[in-house]
Amino acid sequence: MIALSDYLVLAAILFCISLAGIFLNRKNLIVLLMSIELMLLAVNINFIAFSHYLQDTAGQVFVFFILTVAAAEAAIGLAILVVVFRNRRSINVDDMDSLKG
Amino acid sequence: MTFEMPNLLPALPEIFLLTMTCVVLVVDLFTTERTRGATYILAQASLVGTFFITLAGWGEASQLTFNGSFIRDNMGDLLKLFVYVGVFAVFVYSRDYLRARDIYKGEFFVLALFATLGMMVMISAHNFLTVYLGLELLSLCLYAMVAIQRDSLTASEAAMKYFVLGAIASGMLLYGMSMLYGVTGSLDLAEVNRGIAGESRNMIAVFGMVFLIVGVAFKLGAVPFHMWVPDIYHGSPTATTLFIGTAPKLAAFAILMRLLVDGMGTLQTDWTPILVILAVLSMAIGNIVAIAQSNIKRMLAYSTISHVGFLLLGVLAGTAEGYSASLFYVIVYMLMGLGGFGMIILMSRRGFEAENIADFRGLNERSPWFAFMMLILMFSMAGVPPFLGFWAKLTVIAEVVKVDMIWLAAVAVIFSIIGAYYYLRIVKQVYFEASEDSPPLEVAADTRVLLSANALAILVLGLFPAQLLAVCRAVFPSLAS
Amino acid sequence: MFENAHTLYLWVVLAPLLGSLVAGLGGRVIGRGGAHWATIIGVGASCVLSLVAFNHIVLNDAPAFNETVYTWLATEGFEFKIGFLVDRITVMMMVVVTFVSLMVHIYTIGYMHDDPGYQRFFSYISLFTFSMLMLVMANNFLQLFFGWEAVGLVSYLLIGFWFKRDSATAASLKAFLVNRVGDFGFILGIAAILLYFNSLDYKTVFEAAPALKDATMSIIPGMDWSVMTVIAILLFIGAMGKSAQVPLHVWLPDSMEGPTPISALIHAATMVTAGIFMVARMSPLFELSATALGFVLFIGATTALFMGLLGLVQNDIKRVVAYSTLSQLGYMTAALGVSAYSAGIFHLMTHAFFKALLFLGAGSVIIAMHHEQDMRKMGGLRKYMPITWITSLVGSLALIGAPGFAGFYSKDSIIEAVAHADTDSWVQTYAYLCVLLGVFITALYSFRMYFMVFHGKERMDEHTRAHLHETPWVVTGPLIALAIPSVVIGAMYVDSMVFGDFFKGAIFVLPEHDVLGELARDFHGWWPMIVHALSQPPLWLATAGVVTAWFLYMKRPELPGMIQEKLQLAYRVLVKRYWMDELYTKGFSGLGRAIGRGLWKIGDVLIIDGIFVNGSARLVGWMAGVVRQVQTGYLYHYAFVMIVGLVTLVAVYVIWPDK
Repeated sequence: MIALSDYLVLAAILFCISLAGIFLNRKNLIVLLMSIELMLLAVNINFIAFSHYLQDTAGQVFVFFILTVAAAEAAIGLAILVVVFRNRRSINVDDMDSLKG
Repeated sequence: MTFEMPNLLPALPEIFLLTMTCVVLVVDLFTTERTRGATYILAQASLVGTFFITLAGWGEASQLTFNGSFIRDNMGDLLKLFVYVGVFAVFVYSRDYLRARDIYKGEFFVLALFATLGMMVMISAHNFLTVYLGLELLSLCLYAMVAIQRDSLTASEAAMKYFVLGAIASGMLLYGMSMLYGVTGSLDLAEVNRGIAGESRNMIAVFGMVFLIVGVAFKLGAVPFHMWVPDIYHGSPTATTLFIGTAPKLAAFAILMRLLVDGMGTLQTDWTPILVILAVLSMAIGNIVAIAQSNIKRMLAYSTISHVGFLLLGVLAGTAEGYSASLFYVIVYMLMGLGGFGMIILMSRRGFEAENIADFRGLNERSPWFAFMMLILMFSMAGVPPFLGFWAKLTVIAEVVKVDMIWLAAVAVIFSIIGAYYYLRIVKQVYFEASEDSPPLEVAADTRVLLSANALAILVLGLFPAQLLAVCRAVFPSLAS
Repeated sequence: MFENAHTLYLWVVLAPLLGSLVAGLGGRVIGRGGAHWATIIGVGASCVLSLVAFNHIVLNDAPAFNETVYTWLATEGFEFKIGFLVDRITVMMMVVVTFVSLMVHIYTIGYMHDDPGYQRFFSYISLFTFSMLMLVMANNFLQLFFGWEAVGLVSYLLIGFWFKRDSATAASLKAFLVNRVGDFGFILGIAAILLYFNSLDYKTVFEAAPALKDATMSIIPGMDWSVMTVIAILLFIGAMGKSAQVPLHVWLPDSMEGPTPISALIHAATMVTAGIFMVARMSPLFELSATALGFVLFIGATTALFMGLLGLVQNDIKRVVAYSTLSQLGYMTAALGVSAYSAGIFHLMTHAFFKALLFLGAGSVIIAMHHEQDMRKMGGLRKYMPITWITSLVGSLALIGAPGFAGFYSKDSIIEAVAHADTDSWVQTYAYLCVLLGVFITALYSFRMYFMVFHGKERMDEHTRAHLHETPWVVTGPLIALAIPSVVIGAMYVDSMVFGDFFKGAIFVLPEHDVLGELARDFHGWWPMIVHALSQPPLWLATAGVVTAWFLYMKRPELPGMIQEKLQLAYRVLVKRYWMDELYTKGFSGLGRAIGRGLWKIGDVLIIDGIFVNGSARLVGWMAGVVRQVQTGYLYHYAFVMIVGLVTLVAVYVIWPDK
């Protein structure tokens, strides 16, 4: 039997990995988008685990919504990525520093 | 098992706006650059219609519908009404700006209307799911609106930054929600509030709460979750900055109220210190860094951050009077923000962005009237009596004093004095410096009239603040007399 | 129409304000004609509505109106309201203010005809009318103070109307500063009222006042002062500034730098009487302090005599009238000092008409003389300007109190009241001598001016003489309209206002102070009053004054010069205005400037500017420069800050929970 806490720890680890991915990565914007997806998935694991142990379906319903929104979010993110690439000919995170101060 | 139709009436404004937005979307397919006016007028008409539908339900008792996930109450209605006013003004101000930059497209209006819908859902949310959906609807539209000027380097950079940081923030918000769901077994705010009200302090609930506050603080732009604000305000087309800087703050205030007060009212002793930290940092960073800015959009961005600090003062007081003071503050802030960014749009023209403070030099020679309007707006933001901004600051600070946080009130006063400096610097530019080149302002008549009305409203309401204050009190049942 | 009294009074006040806004903001859109029509319609409407109110309250004897119109601000247990108290004294003031203001508006069309600031002028005078109405119609001290300051502000703007003249800006500044001294007392008085009564509402304060009759306060330890005396004297200091009583009178003569219509409206008929009105309105407070009343009497009587004396040596036609105004304000104040409030207010009303008339007459002469104000260059204008001549004669007769004219009834009542007051102290004897001698002086300077301007040799140059003619109807019309009340209003109202119960409910007099009630027993109507006056000193003193003026300036015009030679010392005292202006500029302001300079050099420049202001500004600027470096522009730094923020909050509130 896998305990609830195991799932929660797994989700927390995934969440931390995604956060680390966001601020450690200085090169590719696409890795950023992947980290964001990972973060949402970590949350999904949380919800499903709770949903299962609480015997309550609301959490699973929430997960479906998160998945849907994440898809829309990814679409917009990629679209913006394309715009950035067109303007700069680069998707390097380090290059995006014209706005500061 | 019988199917029970939910009561749709409380959500009528949302349903109407959704329908109308779809109509706008379809109608726009058949318009060309020349006939784009049809889209514009239809979009404005939808807002006006929604306004009156919301107004029709004003004053009735609170109603819950959709299994308790949607609430219609007077506070929400008041915020929604001002959201419509704000979006309406944004459309009027930005029309010429968009046209001059070849982004006068249906997308702008459709996205803005969907964002408005998102704000309305946020304002009426009574369930974690509705909060999240409203927030995402708003955010996704805003990301696209920032990037709407596709050939602009800064706009695309701003959009990317906004997108990534916004996604992190909603990830954190969701993580907090999942924790609270785990503790209470429900997504409904009232259920959550009951669930965490226990004898002992529930560690996991507090843990989730911190994540939740971070998500909301990001939307508000409170320090240290403010990093996106200056860059996005700066990089976006001014029309989008105008939009982001005004109405969404009302929605962010609404979810702050819904989540903290309705959803976690029992944890008040835990979230008050967090808000104190956020408020002090926001007032400090916002007011201090604004001084070093030469770009006026950036400066107003920092000014927004400092206003958020003041806004939090009322909420952290934790009393109904405090909430109403914050409600008053956020409405006043929206009116001032509309005027302030509206002035920047007014000064811009084809091929020229009035982005630097230096561009306001000698405005008095070019147009004494709008120089005076700018004076009203800046004085009001600085909190100079008798303008509206003064009353806003006064009421929140008074609420803080009432709950015996005198030191916090003193800090707020000190930072508002520091803040006065950069607003007055603009007034100085407007009145006492000569402009290098002074082409007369080319402004459409409707913008002229509305912007003047906007600024004068700040003056007039500042002279007679009692009614607006009374309305802001009356929407809280415990204060309604 | 009195179901909606509320709306009616609101429009009385708002109509001039609207007119002012239209004229002030309309600019080129409405043009010059638009400016004067907008304001005249506004003030005209206000005047008509005031008459309606007068008819309602006085003639139909309706109860006073006292209601809140708008709650401006509510704070802890205290509300600041805007409201109107319209009782008998208020409607009288409303009629006087709006009527004189209307006349001045019409007159201005002629007087300011060629002035580039035409619209600005109309905007200001309408704004003044609004402020003055707010002042007289207030039902609480805060609104009174608002009106008080607003009329002061407009007065300042109008004295300095020709702001390109140095003398005008200096005069406006002087008026502003001297009024500040008075206002300081006034606001302290209001603060004291708020402290002791915890209310600023007239009704509440007046009702609570008798209970505090014997209360004392000690500001300096060991000295107990009566609360009512302190409040009354502080309020009266405000009145001294606004109504130009000695020693705060110095601004009024200089205010003549402003255009003549406003000298008539603001510095003769209405604004300067605000102090008199205020004391009468506060009669329930002043009645409770005999000390304060004695002080009022002393100041009033001194002003009445000594300011009149200064009028004897002035050669500027407007300054003569200005000193005469000061002296007459002294009479009104003296009346207040012996609790003869009704007589003071009655004189205020008659004075408003005839003094406005005299000023506008002087203005008419000035127009005809091409803005020459020196009387030594006038003379014999009678045949060139018949209407101005006749009306000015009427005004002068009213001023000196010739039997039958308006001023006679009011001034005689004051002198009688001072003579019969029950105080029996040296102050009363002194005051009686002052007001009595004042009658002679008034007649002398008034007719000196009258003879110098309208009779005798024509001393103007050829060019001016060739162009002399009567002024247009917009100027003479108001003169005639003001001349009529200057004759008849006294006989019409002396019965009810001074000796009757015209002001019942509005003015409160203790039975033991009721000198007018005593006099009323001997009063049998306006005609017997004239007959009675024939046997009294004031009439003969006035006659003597006129005869002296005639002798000195008509019969033997060389005499004044000789007298001046013989009485060098007295002449210098008067020309130098008792050296009071010198005392203020060199003494008080000199000392103040010296202290100020010292404080500025050490305190301000070195400590405050150097260390606090510039130092802290530099510190903040430096901090701003440093903190903005955090905003690097790199996305991962932003994300990092957010995460650090989150982790810190989690650490503080979860991992380390027992703070």
